[in-house]
Amino acid sequence: MLEATKDRENPVNRRRLLYLLGWGFIGAFLTTVSGATIRFFFPRTIFEPPTRYTIGYPFQYTSGVSERFKKQFRIWIVSEGDRLYVIEAKCTHLGCTPNWLAAEGKFKCPCHGSGFTPDGLNIEGPAPRPLERFKVVLGEDGQIIVDAGVRYRGERGEWDKPGAFLKV
Amino acid sequence: MINKPNENIFTKYRNMLKEKGLFGMFWDITVNSQVWKSIFRHTFTDTPKNRVLKVISNVFMHLHPANVKRHAPQFKFTWCMGGITFFLFLVLTLTGVLLMFYYRPTVHDAYWDMKDLEFQVPFGAILRNLHRWGAHLMVITVWFHMFRVFATGSYKPPREFNWCVGVVLLVLTLLLSFTGYLLTWDQLGFWAVTVGTNMARATPLLGHEGPFGEQLGMTAYNDIRFALLGGSLVGGNALLRAYVWHCIGIPLIAIIFMAVHFWRIRKDGGISGPL
Repeated sequence: MLEATKDRENPVNRRRLLYLLGWGFIGAFLTTVSGATIRFFFPRTIFEPPTRYTIGYPFQYTSGVSERFKKQFRIWIVSEGDRLYVIEAKCTHLGCTPNWLAAEGKFKCPCHGSGFTPDGLNIEGPAPRPLERFKVVLGEDGQIIVDAGVRYRGERGEWDKPGAFLKV
Repeated sequence: MINKPNENIFTKYRNMLKEKGLFGMFWDITVNSQVWKSIFRHTFTDTPKNRVLKVISNVFMHLHPANVKRHAPQFKFTWCMGGITFFLFLVLTLTGVLLMFYYRPTVHDAYWDMKDLEFQVPFGAILRNLHRWGAHLMVITVWFHMFRVFATGSYKPPREFNWCVGVVLLVLTLLLSFTGYLLTWDQLGFWAVTVGTNMARATPLLGHEGPFGEQLGMTAYNDIRFALLGGSLVGGNALLRAYVWHCIGIPLIAIIFMAVHFWRIRKDGGISGPL
């Protein structure tokens, strides 16, 4: 009987086993190395400005839009009735920084003319959705802590969630 | 040179000197030495065999086809765009290596090293500008090369595979251009790369603002953009990554694809003209 025919009748002989083991090890090795290389590109520690920072005490913010931290943290602090929240000063169209037009009582983006109400709703221009808000909590010392790592999106109804605003 | 049985070494060279002159003698000694013969495996007589040997026994000539049809390298067919592109790649490699001697890819140094190269380093300005304008030109010649290949129908079978290799080389050229843009660490490059990598946010599945990205748990700290930048914003890590991709990573990949590209030209019937 031919060698090839024997192989077919007896699929796992010694040669076949060694073949599978050999290529199996090589395959497992290459898979591991590729996975490790991909993981390597995601650093564990990054040296970037912290996403949590304090912005002072609630009594420092009177009713309306505050531009106090726009330059430093790119945010507006808005006090409205008994709520205080933090809006990211980044247009939801293409990411420019809008201006607060106090006289007209709205945010206006200089790039493509998107407009937003003081609470961040998009009312004109190409912006597809409202401005995003950052998480705010009250620290133990009574100062407001902003966490820019957590966002709340109005079109998803997230603005009433705990953390999206401070009760003052 | 005839070896007589009882001739000693001095008479041998004296006879050679008389027969061929000083230059002829040293030439003869050189080309008959073991060193020369171990490098060049052919003689200089103009025979068909020697002509072929000159090409196939030389690694650089070996990349070139042993024979080229008379009409093939005509300027009106080729515009020499592929050749010019390759030449520019060599110029950019050479000037790029030289620039690396003065350039440090750190947030603190990069911009000022670039300024020093422009204004302080001897011949730095011409070197930097050769690299800069050569890079601009290479992008242009790649497009023209692609256009002429399209216009002459050279993408058709059996050359269709090489067209695809060429498309990969086009992308690699654009990536080289893009990564090099950041290295000056000025406003222009910084914002170009900021905008460019912001697009990576919208990558399907792998970007945190792309389709299905959010559902797969992608955030600004674990998506494809994070891996490209080495962070969530264009900073020191991004500069270093752009530098390594620009100087080592992408050129290595490009060289492999270029080798296949040039080899494939020959296998598919030469640089231009009908098959």
